[in-house]
Amino acid sequence: MSKAVRNKRSLSARVGGLFFVLPSIITVIIFVYGLIVWSINVSLTNQNSGAKKEIEYVGLKNYTDLLVDERFTHSLLNLVKFTVVFILGALITGFIMALLLEKGIKGEGFFRSFYLYPMAISFIAMGTVFNWLLNSARDEEAGGLNLALQKIGLGFLQNDWYVSEKGAMYAMALPAIWQMSGYVLALFLAGFRGIPDDLREAARVDGASESQIYRHVLFPQLTPTLLTVLIILGHISMKAFDLIIGINGKSYVTQVVAVYMWEATFDKRDYAKGTAIAIVLLIMIAIVVVPYLRYNNKQQAYR
Amino acid sequence: MRKSSFRLVAAAAAIALAVTGCSSSGGDAANTDKEFEIFTWWASGGEAAGLQGMIDTYKAQNPDTEFINAAVAGGAGVNAKAVLQSRLDANEPPDSFQAHAGMELDGYVRGGQLEDLTSLYQSEGWDKIFPADLIRTLTVDGKIYSVPVNIHRANVLWWNPGAATKAGITKAPETLDEFFADLEKFKKAGITGLALAGKGDWAIAHLLDWMLLASMGPEKFEGLYNGSTSWTGPEVAAGIKNFQKALSYGNKGAGNLDWPDAGKLVTDGKAGFFIMGDWASAQWQSDGLKLGTDYTYAAAPGTVGVYQWLSDSFVLPVGAPHRNAAIAWLKVCGSKEGQDAFNPKKGSISARTDSDLSLYDDYLKSAAADWKKDRLVGSTVHGVMGNNALMAAYNAAVGKYFSGGFKDNAGLAKNLAAAYEAGKA
Repeated sequence: MSKAVRNKRSLSARVGGLFFVLPSIITVIIFVYGLIVWSINVSLTNQNSGAKKEIEYVGLKNYTDLLVDERFTHSLLNLVKFTVVFILGALITGFIMALLLEKGIKGEGFFRSFYLYPMAISFIAMGTVFNWLLNSARDEEAGGLNLALQKIGLGFLQNDWYVSEKGAMYAMALPAIWQMSGYVLALFLAGFRGIPDDLREAARVDGASESQIYRHVLFPQLTPTLLTVLIILGHISMKAFDLIIGINGKSYVTQVVAVYMWEATFDKRDYAKGTAIAIVLLIMIAIVVVPYLRYNNKQQAYR
Repeated sequence: MRKSSFRLVAAAAAIALAVTGCSSSGGDAANTDKEFEIFTWWASGGEAAGLQGMIDTYKAQNPDTEFINAAVAGGAGVNAKAVLQSRLDANEPPDSFQAHAGMELDGYVRGGQLEDLTSLYQSEGWDKIFPADLIRTLTVDGKIYSVPVNIHRANVLWWNPGAATKAGITKAPETLDEFFADLEKFKKAGITGLALAGKGDWAIAHLLDWMLLASMGPEKFEGLYNGSTSWTGPEVAAGIKNFQKALSYGNKGAGNLDWPDAGKLVTDGKAGFFIMGDWASAQWQSDGLKLGTDYTYAAAPGTVGVYQWLSDSFVLPVGAPHRNAAIAWLKVCGSKEGQDAFNPKKGSISARTDSDLSLYDDYLKSAAADWKKDRLVGSTVHGVMGNNALMAAYNAAVGKYFSGGFKDNAGLAKNLAAAYEAGKA
């Protein structure tokens, strides 16, 4: 077969392939990128209420207004608290569970799906249940976790959960950790399994102890997995909306950026502000995700 | 796809109008529309039953018009309001939609999205049959934009007779002083004085709204919304101080509770008083509780003789594709027949002063009697006095104050003033 024929064939295959993905490319261009551009456009105007008829461009005013908007900084701070506790919590619990399973206990398959199941529950359903569990009443009126703590003799640990100004977002992170740590477990377990056994054997032959094998051989190999986990948890956390709404509605105390965006857009009909918040959120997520995508692409090119 | 089907319907309607030579500006043209599309979120319980009563009346009068509820048919659920919003902004309105009467409509009115219904009020005689205070509040620059189908009362004190007897309270408190004295009695008897529901912030805001009204009286209260009473002045400061004092008698763990949970504390005898709108009574009735034994009511202390109301209403959007069908619907909404079909089931009273009281339960009978003679004042947190922007900021201000342990009175006053400004923007 001559080279020219093969090239021709692959060209037609490529064009055919392009036709197949074209609908999705077009819809993505319109509904993702097109609407991002549209949102940026709105965020630069003075469409600060549904009644505005003369629309003018006001530059970055909506963004600079956000900086001094106490409601926005409050929701941003809430989001940061939530993100830090959620990521650390899910990472640590998930990693420890992966480590235990990696040691090869009986019924690994059972435990794997057992811990993965919480992911199958929607945030809204989970929010309703955790709303009951995180009941802030104490002592004789207690219910949920506070009651459980009393029963096991840890009554002094009872607290206000998400109702108190200080602890609200840390309490909110609990259900998210509960849900996502099984997923982290699965990712890390896959990471461990991806490491060739030769490496361990080689280390053993060289006289490394078990803990040394983990520290110097296995953990460094898990860096890409760790990065993946951080990115996935990070962007889930930043988009947090349904969990918060499910547990505490639009209450001020647990308001995060996405909830405030909803309020600005649909309650106040301040479209300019709503889109400005959306763009800020998009940039925050992009800062987390884009370097990862680039890193991933490089890795792929490497292979 | 939805969008294109709306266009199609609109185009079809336009062609139909052109062919029949029917002018769309004629207010009282007969309804020949084949369908009527509406947004209402009354989808379950007494609300749905009441709505069905009105729909039946409508169908009897307009047998050829199909009734379509877009909020249900669209499957949009909680997003119905956002969907409605985007359709109004895209100039593809439904024929009518449900909204709280009063300032909640402000954004639509200022955006020129609603038709003036004043002539309908005159032709149907509503300007005579609705109370003058109501007409005054609904009128914006000489025009009325909505038809109220019901009236709820916001300033109601609910209490449990058994718990009150235990605390040595024999009659409802009529003034704030008596109210606080009774709270103290509950406290001594080991019963939580006031049931609070913190979830979503609005029920606490509802409490503040009543407390401001009770502390400064209806004239000063209305002044807050026309600029003649200052939000950072002594009247509001005194009101917030009373509010703070009342909150200190509240139940623990209020932040987790929605209003039905807090109401249950009262009907179970675990809490003494509860300030909530009269939808509470409808809820408890459907739970099988008995008025008089499980719970009882009085006008909220400090506001005896004042009726703080809120109302669900329907409107006519500019450019409604089936305008005549919509006008026929609005006529049903404002009619005695329509209101008396809807309200006894919904658990609210008719906005009209001539409703057939024999259809209503004991609480509603007494509310209807008050409606005719009381000074009427609109509710802030339910959209009469404040528009959406004001309400969102108001609720957040109260939520901040409440979750911060209700200490920062000056901060609350400042945030409320900012909420009022947000409403004007």
